[in-house]
Amino acid sequence: MSEAALQQAVSASQENEFLSFVLGEEHYALDITTVKEIRGYEQVTKIANAPSFIKGVINLRGDIVPIVDLRIKFNVGEATYNDFTIVIMLNVHDRIVGIVVDGVSDVIRLSEEDMLPPPEFGVAFDSKYLHGLADVDEHMVILVNIESLITSNELGLVETKTQAVEV
Amino acid sequence: MTIDVNQFHGVFFDESDEHLQDMEQLLMTLDVDNPDPEELNSIFRAAHSIKGGSGIFGFDALMNLTHVMENLLDKARNQEIQVTAAIVDIFLQTLDVLKDTLAAYKEQTELPQDQIEASIKVLEETLARASGQTADDLQESVHQQDTSAQSNDIEGFGFFDDDEGEAQTAVSETQSEEIEGFGFFNDEDESSHSKPQTEKTANEAQDDEGFGFYAPENLPIKPDAEQAAQSVPKQPIVKPVKPKPKAAPKEAASIRVDTTKIDAMVNLVGELVITQSMLSNVGQEVEGQIGERLQLAIDELQRNTREIQESVMSMRMLPVNMTFNRFPRVVRDLSSKLGKKVDLVIQGGNTEIDKSLIEKLVDPLTHLVRNSIDHGVESPEKRLASGKSENGTVILSAEQKGSSIIIGIIDDGAGLNKERILEKATQNGLPVSPDMPDSEIWQLIFQAGFSTAAEVTDVSGRGVGMDVVRRNIESIGGRIEIESSQGEGSAFYIHLPLTLAIVDGMCVSVGDQIFVIPLLNVIESFQPTKSQVKTLGNDKVLWIRDQYWPLVSLTQLMQVDNGVIEPTKGIVVLLESSKKRYGVLVDSLVGQQQVVIKSLEQHYKKVAGIAGATIMGDGKVAMILDADSVAANCINIPNEEVSL
Repeated sequence: MSEAALQQAVSASQENEFLSFVLGEEHYALDITTVKEIRGYEQVTKIANAPSFIKGVINLRGDIVPIVDLRIKFNVGEATYNDFTIVIMLNVHDRIVGIVVDGVSDVIRLSEEDMLPPPEFGVAFDSKYLHGLADVDEHMVILVNIESLITSNELGLVETKTQAVEV
Repeated sequence: MTIDVNQFHGVFFDESDEHLQDMEQLLMTLDVDNPDPEELNSIFRAAHSIKGGSGIFGFDALMNLTHVMENLLDKARNQEIQVTAAIVDIFLQTLDVLKDTLAAYKEQTELPQDQIEASIKVLEETLARASGQTADDLQESVHQQDTSAQSNDIEGFGFFDDDEGEAQTAVSETQSEEIEGFGFFNDEDESSHSKPQTEKTANEAQDDEGFGFYAPENLPIKPDAEQAAQSVPKQPIVKPVKPKPKAAPKEAASIRVDTTKIDAMVNLVGELVITQSMLSNVGQEVEGQIGERLQLAIDELQRNTREIQESVMSMRMLPVNMTFNRFPRVVRDLSSKLGKKVDLVIQGGNTEIDKSLIEKLVDPLTHLVRNSIDHGVESPEKRLASGKSENGTVILSAEQKGSSIIIGIIDDGAGLNKERILEKATQNGLPVSPDMPDSEIWQLIFQAGFSTAAEVTDVSGRGVGMDVVRRNIESIGGRIEIESSQGEGSAFYIHLPLTLAIVDGMCVSVGDQIFVIPLLNVIESFQPTKSQVKTLGNDKVLWIRDQYWPLVSLTQLMQVDNGVIEPTKGIVVLLESSKKRYGVLVDSLVGQQQVVIKSLEQHYKKVAGIAGATIMGDGKVAMILDADSVAANCINIPNEEVSL
């Protein structure tokens, strides 16, 4: 097998699908396999003493699910809520979490080669929560490692004890 | 009492079946060259659980076999012996015997005594041999096989895998052929010398049967030929082929359903209730004759949904007595075995808890009760000498407190021995110091392999028990606390979460949110007058019922926007928790209703002051107040912000 064909075969097998979304001016994308569903923003029930980016909880067909506003957490864009505000429901490690974003744009296919290493600065997210960057239609798309973000202590969605058990 | 215990046999059989299946799976996947200690531990724990359970019900044959098996497993997990394919085979075949034994107990048919004895022998031999394993020993053992004809097939397997000499392989090959022949009564030479044995066993069996005739008449009488065939398994371990005494299959009085299926159903019913209340809202808007007819149908639907909800809920909730009722027998057997006098007191047996919790409580409770009797309660002489009554007391209690159910195992024995625990901890290389608070020292006994007992008995002392206890409790989201004082006794408290329990609640509104206060905690509610509200520093207190009550504003505590802050404009609900009595200020009362507690921790985490959440008729989420936690978090530190 020629070098090129081999490379093609490898890249084809490693192509992943990402869901891209908008936070403020920036384009982000996350692994589509973690997405459970996308729905409109609805009234939440607030939780006392939670940080401001945890908006509260909603009833998702019988499950009590927290809603996180990444715009507040990472200080991008403006945290407004209207009929067009979108919540991406994620399923990470058997936990369901909703994240509020400004909009969902597209499903993009990326292979390993398309991913560039994340920058050390200039992005609202800590680089340890990033897979890397990609160039899609002349936009820079930031690939978020949503699993590590959701389970991180920074969001405080997961109790440290539970986290230890899961690892 | 016998009847009471009998009704739990089914549970034990089911559980043991599961344990056996687990063990089998783990053994099958065990990497012989590089065994995972955690997997070996799991296998060991499964064997230990079966042993414990069979001890309770007096299934001695089962207990004896698992005990020997456990010894070998203990060595294996402590890496005192090297696990080989041969040993795994022995375990697997022991499992087969265990299954047969279990089936025999279940169907109440004759026990495969011969198989059991043979298995025990094989295990003991392996244990003895493995302890000082050298090549010479191995070789020697092969020659022993010639005469013992007990486990040669197993050994054979072992040697096929090993790089031993050809001669030995030959030996084992002959052996296994011989056994095969033996099984099918071939006329080949090899089987000839095993024939006499067959006849002998057949005779033995007949003798046994002779005794059997004196036994109760309902004993099934089988043809001799079948008898012979049945008792032939002198080498049962190598011969899975045997006619099974098949009793007519009993009608199942109950079925085991995966709890996740029930959970799914509970959720669906919850959705149904919400849809139904939406429908009735719409129905009220329809006017005229059709409206009336619709209303009638909706009322009917409402009744039906409520009944469905109730029956689904009742599927999961069982009185904790289901577990507790096993223990009088355990206590009696164990205390007589140990020459101790113990009275068992059961309190709060009617407390209802989730079925999944009941099942998972059995193992840890068994361990704890056995521990209390074995290590806690002293011998009658010792008790008299230290000025106690001759009879020790073990209390098993259950009660619901706030958002948890607390199960206590309390004895009036010697208490935990702090010095011994610290000494042992130091030996095991744990970082300890005598200045540690007692509660931390007690937690040390939950370390794996931690036992202060001087010798290993089949009661306790292997150090596996407490490890299992903690794992089991934590796996159901609970925690365990120990109180102990030397010479006075010790108490183990298991705190279990109230997942999926229903609570009678008072719904109150605060700002635009609804909160549910468990009715259990509510004393009364009223609108305070100006003269009843006093100010104490920055805090407000209420003067009512001839005493001062701290007043908590739910608006402030739960950080709700637009809630009432001025006491005279809202409603005060007086609450009583186990820690404190206080009043909470809310905007207004909405009504009283039964709500399903849903866990916040499933997708989020625990929140101070909140026992859980529930879904209201309109599909919105409402928080359920935890009166205990509110008292603990807010009232003792009035001026500080409540931290998580």
